[in-house]
Amino acid sequence: MAQIPESLQKVRFYQTGTLTVGNRLLDAEHRSVQATLDRSNSLDSGHRACQGCGEALGARFAIDAAMRATDNRLIAANATGCLEVFTTPYPETAWSVPWIHSLFGNAAAVGAGIAAAMKAKGRKDVRVIAQGGDGGTTDIGFGCLSGMFDRNDDVLYICYNNEAYMNTGVQRSSATPGAARTATTMPVGKDPGNAFNTGKSVPLIAMAHLIPYVATASVHDLHDLEHKVTKAMGVRGSRYIEIFVPCPLGWGSKPSDTVKIARLAVECGLFPLIEAEHGEITGVTKIRSKTPVADYLKLQRRFAHVLKPDNAHQLEQLQAIADRNISRFNLVDDQGGQE
Amino acid sequence: MKTPFAITLDVGSSLLNKTGSWRTERPQYLDRLPPCNHACPAGENIQQWLYLTEEGRYEEAWRQIMDDNPFPAVMGRVCYHPCETSCNRGQLDEAVGINAVERFLGDQALINEWRMEAGTSTGKRVMVLGAGPGGLAAAYHLRRMGHEVTVFEASPQAGGMLRYGIPKYRMPREKLRAEVARIEQMGVALQLDTRIDDVLAARDEGAFDAVFLAIGAQLPKRVDIKGNGEPPVLDAVTVLRNTELEQTTGLRGQVVVYGGGNTAMDVGRSAVRLGAKKVTVVVFEAREHMPAHEFEVTEAREEGVTLICLRAIREVHGDTVTLEKMVPGEGRWPQPTGQFENLSADVVVQALGQNVDTALVDALTGVRTAEGVVQVGADMQTGCAGVFAGGDMIPSQRTVTTAIGHGKKAARNIDAYLRNGAYQAPEKHEVVNFDMLNTWYYSDAPRTVRPMLNVMRRQSGFAEIVGNIDQEAATFEARRCMSCGNCFECDNCYGVCPDNSITKLGPGLRFKFKYDYCKGCGLCVSECPCGAIKMIPEDI
Amino acid sequence: MLKQVEGSHAVAEAVALCRPEVISAYPITPQTHIVEDLGTMVKAGGIENCEFLLVESEFGALSACIGSSAAGARSYTATSSQGMLFMMEAVYNASGMGLPIVMTVGNRAIGAPINIWNDWGDAMSARDAGWIQLFVESNQQAVDVHIQAFKLAEQLSLPVMVCMDGFILTHSYSRVDIPEQEQVDAFLPAFEPRQVLDPAVPVSMGAMVGPEAFTEVRYLAHHKQMEALELIPEQAAAFQQIFGRDSGGLTKSFECEGAETVVVTMGSVIGTMKEVLAGMRADGISIGALAVRSFRPFPKDTLRACLQNAKRVIVFEKCLAVGMGGILAMNLRMALKDFPIRVHSAIGGLGGRPITRANLRRMFEKGIRDEMEEPHFHDIQMDIVERELERERAQRRSGSIAENILQDVGVVAAAKTI
Ligand SMILES: Cc1cc2nc3c(=O)[nH]c(=O)nc-3n(C[C@H](O)[C@H](O)[C@H](O)COP(=O)(O)OP(=O)(O)OC[C@H]3O[C@@H](n4cnc5c(N)ncnc54)[C@H](O)[C@@H]3O)c2cc1C
Ligand SMILES: Cc1ncc(C[n+]2csc(CCOP(=O)(O)OP(=O)(O)O)c2C)c(N)n1
Ligand code: SF4
Ligand code: SF4
Ligand SMILES: [Mg+2]
Repeated sequence: MAQIPESLQKVRFYQTGTLTVGNRLLDAEHRSVQATLDRSNSLDSGHRACQGCGEALGARFAIDAAMRATDNRLIAANATGCLEVFTTPYPETAWSVPWIHSLFGNAAAVGAGIAAAMKAKGRKDVRVIAQGGDGGTTDIGFGCLSGMFDRNDDVLYICYNNEAYMNTGVQRSSATPGAARTATTMPVGKDPGNAFNTGKSVPLIAMAHLIPYVATASVHDLHDLEHKVTKAMGVRGSRYIEIFVPCPLGWGSKPSDTVKIARLAVECGLFPLIEAEHGEITGVTKIRSKTPVADYLKLQRRFAHVLKPDNAHQLEQLQAIADRNISRFNLVDDQGGQE
Repeated sequence: MKTPFAITLDVGSSLLNKTGSWRTERPQYLDRLPPCNHACPAGENIQQWLYLTEEGRYEEAWRQIMDDNPFPAVMGRVCYHPCETSCNRGQLDEAVGINAVERFLGDQALINEWRMEAGTSTGKRVMVLGAGPGGLAAAYHLRRMGHEVTVFEASPQAGGMLRYGIPKYRMPREKLRAEVARIEQMGVALQLDTRIDDVLAARDEGAFDAVFLAIGAQLPKRVDIKGNGEPPVLDAVTVLRNTELEQTTGLRGQVVVYGGGNTAMDVGRSAVRLGAKKVTVVVFEAREHMPAHEFEVTEAREEGVTLICLRAIREVHGDTVTLEKMVPGEGRWPQPTGQFENLSADVVVQALGQNVDTALVDALTGVRTAEGVVQVGADMQTGCAGVFAGGDMIPSQRTVTTAIGHGKKAARNIDAYLRNGAYQAPEKHEVVNFDMLNTWYYSDAPRTVRPMLNVMRRQSGFAEIVGNIDQEAATFEARRCMSCGNCFECDNCYGVCPDNSITKLGPGLRFKFKYDYCKGCGLCVSECPCGAIKMIPEDI
Repeated sequence: MLKQVEGSHAVAEAVALCRPEVISAYPITPQTHIVEDLGTMVKAGGIENCEFLLVESEFGALSACIGSSAAGARSYTATSSQGMLFMMEAVYNASGMGLPIVMTVGNRAIGAPINIWNDWGDAMSARDAGWIQLFVESNQQAVDVHIQAFKLAEQLSLPVMVCMDGFILTHSYSRVDIPEQEQVDAFLPAFEPRQVLDPAVPVSMGAMVGPEAFTEVRYLAHHKQMEALELIPEQAAAFQQIFGRDSGGLTKSFECEGAETVVVTMGSVIGTMKEVLAGMRADGISIGALAVRSFRPFPKDTLRACLQNAKRVIVFEKCLAVGMGGILAMNLRMALKDFPIRVHSAIGGLGGRPITRANLRRMFEKGIRDEMEEPHFHDIQMDIVERELERERAQRRSGSIAENILQDVGVVAAAKTI
């Protein structure tokens, strides 16, 4: 391909504005990591995730970006959960990065230990990621995670949030949204699905630790995700990124809808994309075109009951949560413009 | 490393697990037909030349157009661009300004004097009748195929209606001249001022192996209007032709044009430019049923042309034109009311369309005419072997681009005929509709506005009214193209596959599935912005 | 260098001499002083290239060590009692992954009822966890065995617990010979991990293993411990070469050769026993003692060799397998199963109950008379037990046993320093 003439680089459209993974019109250094021929594929083919698994996708996005940001000097600690089980069943591993799985609830502490080892050895160049599912993060691993934040250990913790304990067969976690069906919150009784006014926001709790960097990201917006991982790797101390990763199996959605569902979750306001530094929100990713929550819900069987006339109150509640996020984080530009 | 058994594993080992066996459907790359291409009467591969333009590869882009259409600079001015009407981007924000980019490329070619070459000689000779867009297009394609071509043209200049119909302010003559000259430079012989009346004699005299007729529709359609010849009742074809020949047109004072099509607008607007005091276009149909393109009507009105709709001219007498009011009837056809009104006029011009001079084919045995036009087969051949026809003279849309498309199609069939074969058109791909796209990925980008000459200058002369867009705007506009149905290497599939089952082959080479690992989740299909991947069932 | 120091401090100094790279710390009595002292040393720059992590729990403490050890750093932590239970998942994990972490266990009873005093309940809760468990009898031993522990752990790629009696050793001041750095360096080479997380040579550690290989994995873990049975005496010998002290090893005999009766025990209680036994021997009784220094791996063959000629063995231990009996006794019986030796099981010192010379002698004499119950609860106040049992028989809702006994004993104010 011919080199794009210098003069045309002035035409910024499809360059800074592009949302596709790659862009043949961009200079190499401005392309996404996922678009490159030599991306690390930290999570390689042959893993046993379900078809269309958002977690598998999110993990490759994030770890590849971190690999690029650290010049491939990265070690990862993984909590028990789908991501661990589908990547490392003996005798095959799908990871190409140095990786360790210890327990369900200790990824943050294991990561902290690795970071301490690197510091002791004077290996400033080697960076550490600890990662786990929402259950391993918001519930059982929460103590270790909070400890890691408290000590400001030089670890990036990534939570792959699929809003339930998937690996054990879709049970409720403290990241499960209101009304959602799980094996422990079945759609029966007068308030079917998961109870409202429960759960917690680990990003906000992470912010309360005043750690240098907290962000949320989604598998539908690769550029945003890579930007955040890259930014996180450029900072020392504790960092937290929560990535929204739809789970076709647990959510009852089509494998081919994984990215679309993630996109709608963000566009309807239920999953705000934010960035915070030292406890202060420093950025939000604006919604491109605001969508009603029903558009998001209707692609997932876990919310099927919400769309029945009998449960209109649940739909209203979910819409109210989305609206509150939108106003709280100022997710839609007042000018009515987009971006 | 002597690592602990089973608990510690070496990297790369998962590649042994061929997850492709999970699949019930497989994704497959395909090229679908973009609606623009589908709608283009000349069959231009628009998406492809926009793709090249995006990268600044203008000459390649231009040559891509030239594969289908030898008149990019003309197209960029007079084509009614049905491509834009059907452009999928129109459903997102606004259609891509295809026509503006085409004009940009056409002009680049003229500035840079890019040339086309004739094909290797076949020794076959083809006679073309009429140097309008249909005839010239056929000549061009035939020449590229290596045939000797002579074009016979009755008028003193080539171009057909491009020259003698469409006014200068829409079709600057130097551009037309240059694009015609480029065809001549390929070795196409142009015999101007040569009217042919006996096709077979001319064919035999020139020892031609095949004939292409593209004589257009030159005869004005007229309705009989009661009157005494004063004020004069002229016809559009003649008026416009005289404008071109810089002869007196008779357009003066208060001009009344009768007709609701583009030609009526051209006459009215020419009259404004020629200094008419007042120009009124009397339209038989209701405003919303006028055949003229909306932009023509708008521009005409901007220039001061008055429109009176639902009127029939019943009588022209003295300086008075008598109009009967009509009311919308069943369908489009208005009904008379018996109410009349008057209009004063110094000249009346009928612009009610043209007929084909079928006398030319009367002598040709086997040629069938119906409803005033010559009938051809799917191969563009008339009932007379070796005699092909196209353009306005056969049943058609009667646009420049259609005539050009006919010229291309006829050339292919003539070529096959000369080789004693039959032309086999490649199978058409499935058309991409908007629902097959994932438009979230396209950045918001409003259409580029083409510069327009200000009204004062439009009213006072024949300068071209639609301006050029510059390189930056052309690039921007090209980049608005969503590349419907054709991979534009956005890397989405390569990115969104959770199983890393896609190999990126590198710039220009697109991608390949690793079916050993693809689980068939279909994410690539959903997230392909342009609908260039499809799931097909796996036979298990 | 000879020093009069607290046991905990001595251990801290020993650990420091081993050049640890990562230490994680979480407070629990009675191991607290060890990590406090290490923390001070690290902060003051006394230990080079060492990271000291103040974690949020014992689970975090050992987990951090799992990470640091896997990343190739010599890693250390300490715990006791509830702390051991709280980290238990990680305890199994560390050994399962073959990570050479060294952990001091300041032995303490496990609640409920919560109790801060010494017994071996904590160590015993992890006896099947796959760690090497070494028991020490004095603070000097504690110092020496820690140094050996790192070498052993790293050579085998297995974690090691050094078990020292809480308070009795951790909080007692005694004269201890703290080795010189050069000596330790000569004995303990730099850590060369068998597996390591290294970007240059990536591996995946901690795979999921199914039925197809799990048995083999477990067999190999057992096999490694069997290897340790050879390595531990070798290292003790090597240690003696450099440091001139007989420390560590699998077992230690105290005149048990030729003795009719041999008392078998572990930990610090051997110190008191030695005096009692000397008195008994002076009175013409044929009695000796054998200390088990390596509880895991359990030195079956060594014990058989030492005990084959004894008539009877009295096992004294500070732990109980509730519903079964003595744990050490069970292990020993298995070792001696085909010998015609009577094995008595005595359980004492639970939750810090003082063990006196007088009551020990009484117990040994009972053993020699072969009048011991099975198991024998040393120094138990049977009247209290009877009264409680009576109460339970009488009324359904008899309340908490612990509360009732405290009432009976009259100690209403339980220890506040938990
Ligand atoms: C006023 C006007 C404006 C128009 N504007 C547009 C527009 O903006 N966009 C658009 O797409 N279309 C427009 N059209 C329609 C378009 O011009 C025609 O559809 C197109 O030119 C047809 O091409 P053709 O080659 O079939 O015929 P023509 O262009 O009519 O060319 C036929 C040629 O054959 C010559 N000829 C005829 N008989 C003989 C003979 N016996 N021997 C030798 N030569 C002969 C004629 O002199 C003429 O040059 C317009 C038409 C008119 C009248
Ligand atoms: C201590 C402990 N408790 C419970 C489990 C069982 N367990 C394994 S994975 C898992 C669910 C993981 O859920 P999450 O962290 O959300 O990850 P996901 O599988 O959803 O990606 C559970 C409950 C365990 N392995 N360890
Ligand atoms: S259950 Fe969900 S998270 Fe787990 S592998 Fe399947 S899709 Fe992924
Ligand atoms: S977006 Fe591009 S490819 Fe699609 S119809 Fe429009 S011009 Fe054609
Ligand atoms: Mg989960």
